[in-house]
Amino acid sequence: MSLDTETVLTVSGLTVELPKGTDRRHAIEEIDLHVGQREILCLVGESGSGKSVTAHSVMGLLPKDQLTAVAGSIRLEGEELRQATEDRLRDLRCTRMSMIFQEPMTALNPVMSCGRQIDEVLQTHTSLDQPARTAKILDIMEQVHLPDPRRLFSSYPHQLSGGQRQRIMIAMALVLDPVLLIADEPTTALDVTTQAQILQLIKDLQERHDTGVLFITHDFGVVAEIADRVAVMQWGRIVEQGTTEQVLKRPDHPYTKMLISSVPSLVPRHRETRRAEPVVLRTEELAMTYSQGGMFQSKRSVVAAQDVNIEIRRGETLGIVGESGSGKTTVARCIARLIDPTGGRIYIDDDEIARVSVGQMRSHRRRIQIVFQDPYRSLNPRRMVGASIIEGPMNFGQSRDAAVARARELMGLVQLDPDALDRYPHQFSGGQRQRLCIARALAMEPELLIADEAVSALDVSVQAQVMDLLDDIRIQLDLAMLFITHDLRVAAQVCDRLAVMSAGKVVEYGDAAEIFANPSHEYTRALFSVAPGRDWTFGEFLTD
Amino acid sequence: MRRLAATIPVLGMVALFVFLMLRMTPGDPAAVLAGDNGTPQQIAEIRETLGLDEPILVQLGIWFGDLLQGDLGQSYFFKKDVTELILLRVEPTVALAITTLVITVLVAVPIGVIAAYRHGTWLDRCVMGFSVFGFSVPVFVVGYILIYLFAMQFKMFPVQGYKELADGFWPFIHRLILPSITLSVIYIALIARITRASVLEVLGEDYIRTAYAKGLPNRVVLLRHALRNAAVPIVTVIGIGVALLISGVVVTESVYNIPGLGRLTVDAVLGRDYPTIQAVILVFSGVYVLINLLIDLTYSFLDPRIRY
Repeated sequence: MSLDTETVLTVSGLTVELPKGTDRRHAIEEIDLHVGQREILCLVGESGSGKSVTAHSVMGLLPKDQLTAVAGSIRLEGEELRQATEDRLRDLRCTRMSMIFQEPMTALNPVMSCGRQIDEVLQTHTSLDQPARTAKILDIMEQVHLPDPRRLFSSYPHQLSGGQRQRIMIAMALVLDPVLLIADEPTTALDVTTQAQILQLIKDLQERHDTGVLFITHDFGVVAEIADRVAVMQWGRIVEQGTTEQVLKRPDHPYTKMLISSVPSLVPRHRETRRAEPVVLRTEELAMTYSQGGMFQSKRSVVAAQDVNIEIRRGETLGIVGESGSGKTTVARCIARLIDPTGGRIYIDDDEIARVSVGQMRSHRRRIQIVFQDPYRSLNPRRMVGASIIEGPMNFGQSRDAAVARARELMGLVQLDPDALDRYPHQFSGGQRQRLCIARALAMEPELLIADEAVSALDVSVQAQVMDLLDDIRIQLDLAMLFITHDLRVAAQVCDRLAVMSAGKVVEYGDAAEIFANPSHEYTRALFSVAPGRDWTFGEFLTD
Repeated sequence: MRRLAATIPVLGMVALFVFLMLRMTPGDPAAVLAGDNGTPQQIAEIRETLGLDEPILVQLGIWFGDLLQGDLGQSYFFKKDVTELILLRVEPTVALAITTLVITVLVAVPIGVIAAYRHGTWLDRCVMGFSVFGFSVPVFVVGYILIYLFAMQFKMFPVQGYKELADGFWPFIHRLILPSITLSVIYIALIARITRASVLEVLGEDYIRTAYAKGLPNRVVLLRHALRNAAVPIVTVIGIGVALLISGVVVTESVYNIPGLGRLTVDAVLGRDYPTIQAVILVFSGVYVLINLLIDLTYSFLDPRIRY
């Protein structure tokens, strides 16, 4: 294969400078990569490794006056893009190179109909008349398997599901048959079943249209599913590059090895059962129906959870897995009484808390604590972390000195420096913040700790550490833990028991090891069958 | 339609509130009418003819009864039907409000968008600087400065006065320009600021990046994608601005000697002319409620996610 005709994108020696005063000089340094026709190159790395900066450099979409490419070249079909004028880049966008983004929820203009947003591309780049454009749009919408294209043409983004929106994005990107598609974490925000469909779609279209794809992801499962070749990035540099087989099975670089070994396995860890311990949490027919509307509007109601019967013993972790909208977070919030359940009972030890008044609930609050998903938003940015940690215990009458002493102890427990209590949240990394959130929850000495997607926003290496930490704490403090996650790999590693939720109901409930080995409900089986990279065992490297 | 019906109780509450407020403030219309030399005897007679000797509840009942028949009552001071009085004065005020609004929107929105697009540059800083200035200088000061410069020094505009639209469009608009500019300064400052903040926020959104990735020119991204999404807060503030305009009108009409509702209000308050005050406030609040309704309807037009 001769490089001149087959390669659509060649990046060599690309270096992008960061503004002065940041922690490193270059966002990316001497990046060399190429994408061939009909080839999918996966760019893998943790957050901050420079994957997105690389992608945005190619599109010429780097934020002006913040990031500037200072060296190297970017060639699209032989044409140098670094020196290209703004007008030329504009002409190339969406015609020769296209990009799709991570968040389909926010990547589309909310006040413009979907058809019109695709139409804009055609209006800008072609001289087709209205009927020809409409025909072309309906055709591409058909190709991305959108149901009822005519209806969706005039629908607004908020009326579509996440997967449908991502299909609109893909349709928009591919409507003019570009030679290069850049996909920046296109499936990260989607459910596993949708993710599998979108990955399949990208693969199909890419083969049919001979498109070269630069696919950015942090998820090795996705890499295993889709990549022809893989490039691994760390701190702005490509540390390793090769075919998928090569990189996943015979990695050279220690960083690659570490990353791949951190991918949680789908095979549950062996855990001792604790069926003799007392039950800490029990729900009976727990139900939650959201209703909207009032005096001036018609009533609408959504059943978010019903007939949920679960129990957790002391020292045990119950995982609730399910896709978005399955009701798992609703159940967690009901149990913590952050929202009031509309039916059923919740027992903490033997105290019923589903129906007690808000005032009576106050004394029970201490016993249930939650760690939330996003460590960047769940700590008050204007308070020192120490203040956030001691606030709860002091509300329950602990003296300041005692609370501070306890906070220092907890900082040790979550493996942070006890002297860091007088810092602010922005001075910590994501993983450290999540440790702080755990320390904050533990300061209340809860009997039940709820982790609501607590490791989902973290990079895979940090994720592994936080998961281990949570498990250690559960054993040390003999806590009951309710672990909400959409990630089957994570569930396999931390849960003793598992409840699989779908459409507000628990469809399967039992020992995690048993469910992973023999899923009995069809939904569970479907969920397992789409887990990306399920056919790979990560972290078992071959040596030649 | 349901929302229109919901405005009726609001207006009722306003009417009741205004009536009671006026009766509770010190000052006696009869004493004002009788003049400085009025004897207690005369004052009592006047009170009787005006019906002010009745118990408050009876007065309220009479007023409400008349209101329902569309009768706003008789002015104590001008000895005329209040309805007629208001109709006579409404044109200058409406004209002033509309020209002010047009000037404000035409100036404020573009400079706000430009400031957001070029944020951090000298252009942005100029707009922001002007905006602080516009906020801090009182309406009457701006008014007198403008009169001094453009009317007295350059003699481009008349100093004061008002001509009806019926007398021809040019004389009419010519006399309105200075007052409108005076009144619009503060709203330009306010709305330019809101526009800038709102557009700036939208420019950071993912769909703006998508729009650029589609290869759209800057102008299209800015107007079609950014401004439309930033419109809801801007329209809200414009609406509030229109409501606040009413208080601005009072001062501006005094400075430029325009015989509008603002002047009528001032005269009525000084003369303790209860029916007139009540009617004017009722009209103003009716306008206010209508504007709010209009804004709410605009929302659902601007943003398909908002439905009533």
